[in-house]
Amino acid sequence: MTAALMDYDEVLERFDPVLGLEVHVELSTATKMFCGCANVFGTPPNTQVCPTCLGLPGALPVLNGVAVESAMRIGLALNCSIAPWCRFARKNYFYPDMPKNFQTSQYDEPIAVNGSLAVELSDGSVFTVAIERAHMEEDTGKSLHVGGADGRIHGASHSLLDYNRAGVPLIEVVTKPIEGAGARAPEIARAYVTALRDLLRALGVSDVRMDQGSMRCDANVSLMPRGSSTFGTRTETKNVNSLRSVERAVRYEMCRQGAVLASGGRIVQETRHFDEAGGTTSAGRRKETSEDYRYFPEPDLVPIAPSDAWVQRLRATLPELPWQRRARAKTEWGLSDLELRDLVNAGALDLIAATVDAGAPAAEARSWWVSYLSQQTNSRGVELADLPITPAQVARVIALVAEGALTNNLARQVVDGVLAKEGEPDEVVAAHGLAVVSDDAALTAAVEQALAAAPDIADKIRGGKLAAAGAIVGAVMKATGGQANAQRVRELVLALVSA
Amino acid sequence: MTRLTRWSAAELAARIHAQDITAVEVTRAHLDRITAVDPALHAFLHLDAPAALAAAAAVDDGLRRGDPPASPLAGVPLAIKDVFTTIDMPTTCGSRTLQGWRPPYDATVTRKLRAAGVVIVGKTNMDEFAMGSSTENSAYGPTRNPWDLDRVPGGSGGGSAAAVAAFEVPLAVGTDTGGSIRQPSAVTGTVGVKPTYGGVSRYGLVAFSSSLDQGGPVARTVLDAALLHEVIGGYDPLDSTSIDAPVPPVVQAARAGAAGDLTGIRVGVVSQFGGDGYQPGVLNAFEVAVSRLRELGAQVVEVSCPSFDHALPAYYLIAPSECSSNLARFDGMRYGLRVGDDGNRSAEEVMALTREAGFGPEVKRRIMLGTYALSAGYYDAYYGQAQKVRTLIIRDFAAAFERVDVLVSPTTPTTAFRIGERVDDPLAMYLSDLCTIPANLAGNAALSVPAGLSDDDGLPVGLQVMAPALADDRAYRVAAAYEVARDGAEGGPLAQRVPDLEVVGR
Amino acid sequence: MPTISRAEVAHLARLARLAVTEEELDLFASQLEVILTSVARVGEVAAADIPPTSHAVGLTDVFRADVTRPGLTQQQALSGAYATEDGRFRVPRILDES
Repeated sequence: MTAALMDYDEVLERFDPVLGLEVHVELSTATKMFCGCANVFGTPPNTQVCPTCLGLPGALPVLNGVAVESAMRIGLALNCSIAPWCRFARKNYFYPDMPKNFQTSQYDEPIAVNGSLAVELSDGSVFTVAIERAHMEEDTGKSLHVGGADGRIHGASHSLLDYNRAGVPLIEVVTKPIEGAGARAPEIARAYVTALRDLLRALGVSDVRMDQGSMRCDANVSLMPRGSSTFGTRTETKNVNSLRSVERAVRYEMCRQGAVLASGGRIVQETRHFDEAGGTTSAGRRKETSEDYRYFPEPDLVPIAPSDAWVQRLRATLPELPWQRRARAKTEWGLSDLELRDLVNAGALDLIAATVDAGAPAAEARSWWVSYLSQQTNSRGVELADLPITPAQVARVIALVAEGALTNNLARQVVDGVLAKEGEPDEVVAAHGLAVVSDDAALTAAVEQALAAAPDIADKIRGGKLAAAGAIVGAVMKATGGQANAQRVRELVLALVSA
Repeated sequence: MTRLTRWSAAELAARIHAQDITAVEVTRAHLDRITAVDPALHAFLHLDAPAALAAAAAVDDGLRRGDPPASPLAGVPLAIKDVFTTIDMPTTCGSRTLQGWRPPYDATVTRKLRAAGVVIVGKTNMDEFAMGSSTENSAYGPTRNPWDLDRVPGGSGGGSAAAVAAFEVPLAVGTDTGGSIRQPSAVTGTVGVKPTYGGVSRYGLVAFSSSLDQGGPVARTVLDAALLHEVIGGYDPLDSTSIDAPVPPVVQAARAGAAGDLTGIRVGVVSQFGGDGYQPGVLNAFEVAVSRLRELGAQVVEVSCPSFDHALPAYYLIAPSECSSNLARFDGMRYGLRVGDDGNRSAEEVMALTREAGFGPEVKRRIMLGTYALSAGYYDAYYGQAQKVRTLIIRDFAAAFERVDVLVSPTTPTTAFRIGERVDDPLAMYLSDLCTIPANLAGNAALSVPAGLSDDDGLPVGLQVMAPALADDRAYRVAAAYEVARDGAEGGPLAQRVPDLEVVGR
Repeated sequence: MPTISRAEVAHLARLARLAVTEEELDLFASQLEVILTSVARVGEVAAADIPPTSHAVGLTDVFRADVTRPGLTQQQALSGAYATEDGRFRVPRILDES
C-alpha cells in the first residue's frame, strides 16, 4: 500500500514543517553503562553478558564513570548547561529485548540541557539548531524474528534474543522543535545529523557508525498551515539508518502528511518505520492504550552531582571542535570558502585534518581524500568516513611516496590493498612486493637491457639530447612493472650512456 | 548431640577453633535436628547436607593444618533466606515463578559467608518475594512458629527466625524491607537486626523494594548477631548504595554492653507506638523492659515522632511502587516459569499468563497497587506524597537523635497470630509492621531483642532498639546490656525455653 | 475516598502484564479500594515545601571505572531459559516493535 503524496513545492506553499530530531548514540566506552561487560560489536550471542545486563534477579547497576564524563563532554560541546544534580529514572514497559522490563534512563533530570549546534548548509549559510537536552540511558538487546519473511516481525513464528547490546551506554540528544526551516527542512535534518556526527567523532566518544547502529536517528515531523503558530500532530519515524535516509524520510513525511491534510484527513500521532529501499515510511501497529511509563527515580543508583571543578576540568579536555577546525583549516591551508565547503560537504575535512595530524602535508592529504578516495566512495556507495582506511594509514602511504619507496601508481595499489582489508600499508607493500626497486644492481641490468634494445636512442642521448632519456626510463619502468625508482633509473641511464 | 545445637554461635566457634569439637560434628548435629523438627516447622525450602558437611570438613582440615580460622564464625552452621542468590542451591524467593531456578552467581552476602568459612546448610522459607508478615504467602506452604505450631513465625523471614528459634541453626541471614527480620525475631524470641541501609550489600538480594531492602543477621544472642553482622557487612563496589566505610564496631559494642552498664545512655520511648491496637501483654512486657533499661543506668525519656503515624501508609505506597518495577523482569522469557507457550500465543500473552500463574495473590495485589501509585495522574498524590512523608520521618529521627542516643518501642503491636487469621485481611496483616517501618523509610539501624513472654498468651515479645544511621553499634550495646539483665532476672535466655519440638513432632 | 472500578483494575493488570481472572477483578477492585483509602492518609501531610526523599542514604556520584569484568559464559547466561536456539533465548513471537 503506497500512501498518496503531495508535490513537495505544494507542501511548502501550504504548510510550514516543524522538525524534532532525536539522535541516539552508542558510546564507545570499554564497558557497558551499568556493568563491566565489554562494549563490543559482533561477538557470538549472549557472550558479553552478566547478571546485571541480563536483568537476573538480585543484580544491581553501577554507573560507568567514563560514560558520565562522555555525556558531560557532549553536553559541553553542544553549549548545554550541565545539571548540578540529576538522577536516573526507570521507564517501565514490557518488551522482550529489555531484560528488566524497564529501561534505566534519565527522564526529567537530564545531565545536559539547553544547548545549540550551528549547522552549515550546502550554500554556506549557517542554521542554528537549538538543543533541548542530552541524557544518558541504556541500549536494549537485539531480537531476531524467525519464520517470517526477511526476518520481519510480522508473520514470524518466534523470536530469538541476544543481550550482548543490552546495557550499552547511549546518549540521546534531543533538539527543540526546529521551525522556519521551510524548503530546507530535509537538508537541515541531514546537515544537523552530519554535524552532530562530526562533533561526536571529534570528541572521540563514539564510533558514530549509522550503518552499524551506533548512531540512530528518530525524525519527528509535523506540518502546520502557513501562517499558523500551532504545531500540527507529529509522527516519529524510526529506523533511519543513514544521513541520506534522514533527508529522504523527512521529505517523504512532509509530502505524505501534506496529502493527508489536504484531503481533509487527520495525522495520527504514531511511530512510523522508514523503508530504506523504497524511501517510504509505514505505520507501526497502533497502541491500544496510551503509554504510561510510570517513571520514578531509580533507587539502585545514587544521584549525580557534578561539581563546578569537575565540569571545568572536562571543559578543558574538549578537543578542537568541527567549526573551530573549519576556521583553522581555512587559514592554515589557505582554502577559499568554496573549497572549504566542498571538503565539508564531502565529509573530508576531519579526515584530512587527522591525516595532517598524522604527519602528512596538507596538500597531499587533501588530494588523497577528495580525489582517489572520494572516487572509491562513489563506487562503493558509502560515506568517506566509512571507508575501511584510517587517516593514519593514508598518512603512511603519503610518507612512503615522499620517501621514494612508492610511486603514485603503486601508492594507489597500496590504498586498494588497505581498502580490501589486506592490512596496514607496509603489510600490503610487503605482501605484493610493491616497493619501488632502488637496488642499483637490478636497475643497472634493466637499463643496460633497455639501452641495448634501442641503440638509436642511446646515441641521441650521447649526442646531448638528454630529453631522449625519458624513453629509456619509460621502457625500464614498463619492464619492472612500475616498481622502479624513476629518478634513480634516469641517473643510471645518463651514467651508463656516458660511460 | 542435642546439646551442641543449644550452644550459641560464639561458643560453637570457640570450641571448633580450639579443636575440641569438629565443624563436621557441629554441622551433623544441626542437620539431625533439622531432620527431626523441620517436618513440623517447615523452615527450610532447600537443604544441602553434603555441601554443608564438605564446607565443614574444609574448615576442620584448615584448622588441623594449623591455618587460622577464616573468620570468628568459621565452621558455624547458618541458613540463608531464599532471597539471596546461591550458585549451588536453588533461589526461589518463595515464589512459584522461580521454582527450581539456579542462579549463575552468588550474592555478595553468600560470597562473604563462604569466604568466612561459615557452613551454609540451606535456604529458608519466606513470604513470596518478601511480601508479607507471616510467611503464609510462600508458594511452598507456611512455616510454623516453634513456640506454638498453630501460629505464624512472622514474616517475611519466618523461615530464618523459626530455624534459629528451633535450634535448627544458630545463625541465619534475613532481609528487612519493612520489618521482615525484626518482626519474625520478635514473635519467635530471637535477635534480629536491620543494619543501616547500605551497610550490607544488596548485590544478589532479589529486590522487593530497592530503597528499603536490607540484609541482616538473625541469631539467639546479641553477640552472635554482631559476629554475623561483621561477616556479612561492609562496602561492596557492586552495590551503588553500599556505604564505603568500615562496619560499625558491633562486636565490640555487644561485648561492652554485656558488662551491664548503660550509665549515661539516653533512651527515648517513642510515644506514637502504644495504646489502641497494641496487645496489653506486649505493652506490659515493653514497660518491664524499659524499667530494666532504667535500672541499667539509662536515662529514659519520652520522645514524640509525629510523622511516624504516616509511616505505614507511606510504606505501602513506596514498597509496592518499587516492587511493581522490580518484579517486571519475571516474565518467563529468560529464566523461571513460562506458561501458555503453545507456539501460537504471542510473547505478550505468554508473559501475562506466566505472571498470572507465577505470582500469588499478595504479590499481584502489591504490583497493582504500585502500578496505580506510579500511574500518570496519581503519582503526585501517592508516590510523590509518600516520598515527602519519608523526608518528614527522617527529620523526626534526626530531631529525636539530638535528644537521645537510641529510641525504643515494642517491635510489633501483638505476639504471633494464628495461621490463617489475617490472610484475607491485608490491612490487618500490614499492621504487623507498624513499629518497624520508620527505620526502613529513614535507612537507620534497628534491631529486635527478646523481651520475655507476653503475660496474656505466653508468647515472645520483642524490644525494638533504633539507632542513627551508621551507629548500629549503639543499638547493639543497649540490646546486649538489656539481654544480660533480662536473662539474669528471668533465670536464663528466653530462647532456651522454646518447646521441645522433637517431642511435639513425634 | 478513591474508588477503583473493575475497568481500572483491568487497565492496571494490562500495564502490569497480569492475565487476571474475572474473580480477581472483583477481589482486587474491593481490596485495592480499601488499601488506597487507608494509604491516602499520606495526603493529609501538608508538604508543599517538603522535598521528596528517593534514597535513604545521602550518597552521590558513585561510579565504576570503565574496566571490563568477567561476566557469564553463554551457557551460564542461557542456563535458566525455558527455550534456547543458536545461543539465543527463544521466546514466542513478538507482536510489535517496541
